[in-house]
Amino acid sequence: MRGFTISDVLTMLAAVQWTATLVILALAFGAPLALLLARMCTGRSRLARLVATGILQLVQGVPVLGLLMFFYFGMPVFLGIKVPALVSVGAAFTIFTAAFLGEIWRGGIQAVHVAQGEAAACLGLTRWQTFRHVVAPQAFSIALPATVGFLVQLIKNTSLASVVGFVELARAGQLASAATFQPLLSYACVAAIYFALCFPLTLWSRSLEDKLNGAR
Amino acid sequence: MLQLNFNQLWRYQDEFLHGVSLTLMLTLVATVAGLAIGLVCATAAGSRFAALRLLVRSYVEVIRNTPALIQLFLIFFVLPYAGLRLPPVYAAAAALSIYMGAYATEILRGGLASIPRSQIEAGQCLGLTRWQVFRHVILPPALRNIYPSITSQIVLLLLGTSLASQVSASELFHAAAFVESRTFRSFEVYAVVCAIYFTLVLAFRLAFVGIGRIAFRWPTGR
Repeated sequence: MRGFTISDVLTMLAAVQWTATLVILALAFGAPLALLLARMCTGRSRLARLVATGILQLVQGVPVLGLLMFFYFGMPVFLGIKVPALVSVGAAFTIFTAAFLGEIWRGGIQAVHVAQGEAAACLGLTRWQTFRHVVAPQAFSIALPATVGFLVQLIKNTSLASVVGFVELARAGQLASAATFQPLLSYACVAAIYFALCFPLTLWSRSLEDKLNGAR
Repeated sequence: MLQLNFNQLWRYQDEFLHGVSLTLMLTLVATVAGLAIGLVCATAAGSRFAALRLLVRSYVEVIRNTPALIQLFLIFFVLPYAGLRLPPVYAAAAALSIYMGAYATEILRGGLASIPRSQIEAGQCLGLTRWQVFRHVILPPALRNIYPSITSQIVLLLLGTSLASQVSASELFHAAAFVESRTFRSFEVYAVVCAIYFTLVLAFRLAFVGIGRIAFRWPTGR
């Protein structure tokens, strides 16, 4: 048994890079998927709408822990191949991000007035041009506060990766707690680091929201 | 590719059923306790005492900006050092209630703030007591305004109860891990568990829509 020292804190801070890696992976792969889903939900094709809505509802109706276990334990067995932890955990958070961001962005796109699209069509813009230059910029500013808010959810949820032994911030805290028998210090420290990551984003999201409400 | 085999899971029906009932129980307890905490804190957030307001603000911000898993670990692993050894289910219920309380505070605060000052003054002019104003003027429209956010928060809470498995409370997710360790049918087990959660969420959503339709029938001018 050893005491809780500054080196434990440093280990936790170093583990933040894996939390960050997960967040970046989830955003890099999840955001394009989310955009696709949001476009499908608001598109003309009925089939696409149905499929996309189904995916959004399904993923939102399942615990993140369930997604994680499914991709970490279920998928490799199902496919019969070995998958690196980063890939399966990353896949789970990608799906999670795609569904929740997809829902937020769908709302953003739908909040842009229909007349805007009609006006763009009257100007002879193609459907892509309409989306790119008319709908997307407005939807972006409407959906930005919620998107930043989701980022906080994502950061907090990466702590679940600790459950499958992925050494990110929460897992580093567990390891420190087990090594030092100081759960209070260890977990308080972990919580403080998460708070330091999330609180600025929360404040930013809130100020964006105030700005948006002021602009209307 | 693997041959899918769901048959083996039938033997563990009881585990799954027990898991579902504990999951629902945790959801219920945390919802009721969380709303109670939320109501107290939302009232305190409008108090005259700056210290009390600050206390509520810090509670809400700390809970909302740290992972629920860490909150659960803090309660489960730290309380024994303070001489309070809670069984896993109680620790999970406590952690989820505190978690729900923070979100409920924020939602209820928004609901109370959504009632125009003029309506409250109108109520006072009619000679209603403070309680009557709260009960008849503030509460019904406030409840209506917050109903969608409260219900979706309850659905998120239902999904969040899966965290309790991490301190070995035997809710649905814990049952899944148990069955998986017996059958090694990871894919099937987690597929089934996800399907059960999805069904529960769907049932909750439908029930909430139904209740909302019945409870908030009166028309509004909006």
